[in-house]
Amino acid sequence: MWDRNQMAARAAKELQDGTYVNLGIGIPTLVPNFIPEGVTVTLQSENGMLGMGPFPYEGEEDPDLINAGKQTITELPQTAYFDSATSFGMIRGGKIAMAILGAMEVSETGDLANWMIPGKLVKGMGGAMDLVAGVKRVVVVMDHANKHGESKVLKACTLPLTGRAVVDRIISNMGVMDVVPGGLKIVEIADGVTEAELRAATEATIVD
Amino acid sequence: MNKVYGSAKEALDGLLFDGMLIAAGGFGLCGIPELAIEALVESGVKDITIASNNCGVDGFGLGKLLDTKQIKKMISSYVGENAEFMRQYLSGELELEFNPQGTLAERMRAGGCGIPGFYTKTGVGTVVADGKELKDFDGETYVLERGIVADLSIVKAWKADPSGNAIFRKTARNFNPPAAMCGKVCLMEVEEIVPLGSLDPDAIHLPGIYVHRLIQGEFEKRIEQRTTRKREG
Repeated sequence: MWDRNQMAARAAKELQDGTYVNLGIGIPTLVPNFIPEGVTVTLQSENGMLGMGPFPYEGEEDPDLINAGKQTITELPQTAYFDSATSFGMIRGGKIAMAILGAMEVSETGDLANWMIPGKLVKGMGGAMDLVAGVKRVVVVMDHANKHGESKVLKACTLPLTGRAVVDRIISNMGVMDVVPGGLKIVEIADGVTEAELRAATEATIVD
Repeated sequence: MNKVYGSAKEALDGLLFDGMLIAAGGFGLCGIPELAIEALVESGVKDITIASNNCGVDGFGLGKLLDTKQIKKMISSYVGENAEFMRQYLSGELELEFNPQGTLAERMRAGGCGIPGFYTKTGVGTVVADGKELKDFDGETYVLERGIVADLSIVKAWKADPSGNAIFRKTARNFNPPAAMCGKVCLMEVEEIVPLGSLDPDAIHLPGIYVHRLIQGEFEKRIEQRTTRKREG
């Protein structure tokens, strides 16, 4: 099984040189630590920034410079700032090559649920619905099962959707699967996991 | 025409009424119109609907208007940072309309540009599209969203000249330009009003046509999530 860092490292292999990428909160925020050598990507922060830099040194925090998770960050030589309407124009307009996002549930048709659990506190979808609708390629990084051991990779999502048929690739702690016609296709299996274990942990249809 | 006022209270004179719709700039606590919010609290105006990406935190930003129960409804994309918000919402005192963040920004921009509605892919196949008109273009389904025209916009910029030409600083720009554009009247607050001619006309982020009243003041600029890295060596 992969841990959080190994999942982030695997997700970093998805990054294509010279592209613009948006990273969600949670495990995706670890992805920049593993960007392969020779690959340059520009990170978009949907609150209005391209070219997001690392966290500032202590004492150099700037209240006017935050990411979409409201964390203090820094700028880079290639940084550009813009307003929220322009930011989501580039997202909706397909200018962002890839988004790497967390997920609560994914279905075999690429439906994604990651914004609300009915009956629990609802905080809102933020920019997630715009991202999955507009970004060219959506990769989700998630645990394969929930705390009770139930599969989160399902035939159909049970939670309210963030988007329908939007996920291209799933990277979980058990491996990598692609959304293809008819179901999910196993691309890679994590170290220490057998194919039988991956299949048993997946409720969704697996096609060969 | 003089746009510069001495205080937020003076600048809001004659603009407020119960049940009004206010568009507010800011993302989290970054780039929020602190001075106008304080003046709205003091004014006692009630039953406000506010279109703003977030609703501040407990006791700061738009959270202050929750504490005084002046807000009837929020139109927002994310409201998670506020216990009083959740209490009022769960008890039915506060209405909430969730908009995807990009849809909210575009609703403001469109409202300010004379566009009453637009089609977007965002939210199709989710609860966001329930009850809204759907239309297919080139084989894809889109949902109709309405432009927002607010009775009042409250926004914050870094610097402006007395004509209202404004520049923002870093990610504090966020929702401020679209919020400014969608208001029938816009109150802008800035850290510094600079003399006419001192801003490069080629570098203006928001032209003064969108700004009707302008004030200068001091800002707390609270940081919501202070994150840092260690210096090496």
